[in-house]
Amino acid sequence: MVCLTFEMRINTKFGPRKTENGEPLTCTSETTLKPEQLLELYRYLKLTRLVEERLVNLYRQTKVVGGVFRSLGQEATAVGTAYALQPEDFITPLIRDLGAVLVKGIRPRDIFAQYMAKAWGPSGGRDLNIHFGDMEKGFIGPISHLGDMIPVMTGILLGGRLRQKKFVGVAYIGDGGMSTGAFHEGLNFAAVQKLPLIVVAEHNQYAYSTPTSLQTAVTDLAEKAAGYGIPAHIVDGNDVIACYEVMKSAADYARGGGGAVLIEAKTYRRKGHAEHDDQRYVAAGEIEWWEKNNDPVDRFEKYLLESGVTQQQLDAITADVVREIDEETTWAESSPMPEPEQAAYNVFDNTIVPPAFRPKVLE
Amino acid sequence: MSTTVKKEHKSARPERGGQATLVEAIRQGIWEEMERDPTVFVIGEDVGVYGGAFKVTDGLIDQFGQERVIDTPISEAAIVGAACGAALMGMRPVAEFQFIDFISAGFDLLTNYAAKCRYRWGAGLPAVFRGPCGSGVRSGPFHSLNAESFFLNTAGLKIVEPATAYDAKGLIKAAIRDPDPVLFFEHKKLYRLPRLREELPADDYIVEIGKARVARSGRDLTIITFGAMVLTALDAAEELEREGLDIEVVDLRTLAPLDKATILASVKKTNKAIVLHEASRTGGIGGEIAATLAEEAFEWLDAPLIRVASLDTPVPYSPPLEDYYLPQTKDVVHAARKLAAY
Repeated sequence: MVCLTFEMRINTKFGPRKTENGEPLTCTSETTLKPEQLLELYRYLKLTRLVEERLVNLYRQTKVVGGVFRSLGQEATAVGTAYALQPEDFITPLIRDLGAVLVKGIRPRDIFAQYMAKAWGPSGGRDLNIHFGDMEKGFIGPISHLGDMIPVMTGILLGGRLRQKKFVGVAYIGDGGMSTGAFHEGLNFAAVQKLPLIVVAEHNQYAYSTPTSLQTAVTDLAEKAAGYGIPAHIVDGNDVIACYEVMKSAADYARGGGGAVLIEAKTYRRKGHAEHDDQRYVAAGEIEWWEKNNDPVDRFEKYLLESGVTQQQLDAITADVVREIDEETTWAESSPMPEPEQAAYNVFDNTIVPPAFRPKVLE
Repeated sequence: MSTTVKKEHKSARPERGGQATLVEAIRQGIWEEMERDPTVFVIGEDVGVYGGAFKVTDGLIDQFGQERVIDTPISEAAIVGAACGAALMGMRPVAEFQFIDFISAGFDLLTNYAAKCRYRWGAGLPAVFRGPCGSGVRSGPFHSLNAESFFLNTAGLKIVEPATAYDAKGLIKAAIRDPDPVLFFEHKKLYRLPRLREELPADDYIVEIGKARVARSGRDLTIITFGAMVLTALDAAEELEREGLDIEVVDLRTLAPLDKATILASVKKTNKAIVLHEASRTGGIGGEIAATLAEEAFEWLDAPLIRVASLDTPVPYSPPLEDYYLPQTKDVVHAARKLAAY
């Protein structure tokens, strides 16, 4: 008889836990975070939620040119994991990781200007939402093609190794994006090269309208790590402290030369793919259940209040976030739209190849 | 990294200049750039100890180590993506496709990531994506591709294909130094062709990207071509010379951005043009050049333009089939006679 055994290296220490007697969920108390860090973490969580709410307002005022993509109900994953990183570390987020982008130091004004296709946005109106980058801040914006950023981040880490720089790279992906070939190629190569790549797989249960059951035959996305010979963690993606702690552990491992790590964050996407999506594919009551019983902001507030933070402190933080968002919105709205002929610039370095202006015959 | 280099012999450092074939010229070029600039590195399948399927990277690993000569899994998307990421970090990757046919597996990252990065957020990607292209070597549908048309409609990628050893070395060095992504196509039939062996300068030089060359000067008719078809055009021109026809041959060298000035100057001089290329006719670069001439040199044309290109079929394997598929010297001669008599 052939006995096949292999060690499943999946750490579930930070995974979702049931509460006794239907007690409302809170956050893990096993944390190294200091009180002032916990409040900063709360600020980022609220900032993420309220920036998105402002974007929806701007969208309804028809000031947003394209779609608006929400991370409502799953903000803790992006915020908590990114908060555990060092300034020199890199992230490449997906559209539902605005929280990670903000934690990395990108200002809300840039996000607003991008969504409104303004000239002062980081891409000058050439691309949408978080599709830009800031090398100084360690932020590489995604493209729409899911999975592609895994090999790109592998290259960032390879380049970093060649330049003798020490940092880790975090690539966010979803239950849908993990089905792509680029995801496989990128993670496999990073694993072979023992590069410090940390893949955060946000298992929010829907890829546009497609449930995970039609995306993959595994139950836990973390199982896929075995195919790459790398360790995995399962984390409660709606517990911001657990997300912080799991990333801290993964980053320590990767930074210490262990190589790539996969983190599966169990969470739930409460909004549709974008604002236009009526979510007809979601079972009745499902969204409401998550909203009532497993909201990451509610859970963290409960945790903070139980640990001695006052409601007044939380309200003061929220007021400060709202003030910042108001100022940032005003700035972004005051930006002009781009000059039309700017479309012709920057295909190549224009000191070498001239801009791609319209042919004279059409002028 | 755990791999150890096991090798019986070390491949010699290439000469600096001297007599060189096209493959040796490219190897010299990469080698010299790696010596000159520590940010240059090579990445691809079997490029390390084995030295690449065509030995373009032979010996690099002995000289520069496995940190700068990186063997990858069979993962073209990972190769392209990793090159892009490393380029963002200020490195200058030279990524190899074992055959240019496999560029299709990296197409998404090339056209959506590499090509659009500068445009989207100002991040130029100084990366070279190179590999053996071309048919006429009895390699069948999957090892014979000319891929330029896949990419001509994508803004943001430069496309280069040399036809001489001198240009191959000068262009690969220019491509490595370029601040934007360059697709560098090397016709495998030319790699070791004795006819292309020539004396290269010992001193450092580059050939500017974006500049065509007049491979042969003539008065009566222009053949616009590139890659291995330059030799076909030159052979045809020699034959036609005996009939009293004076043919000009323009070797494009860079396919994107196209050197319209050289093309237009030549056709305005000769007033007749053939566009010759190895890729299939429909959707080939010949159509783009023909349109350019129709738009910008209409009054100078004394005859309709003729495209000589391959059949609209995959590249067949068997010699009689492939010879029927590919433009031959006699086809060019025939087209030129027709045009001369117009």
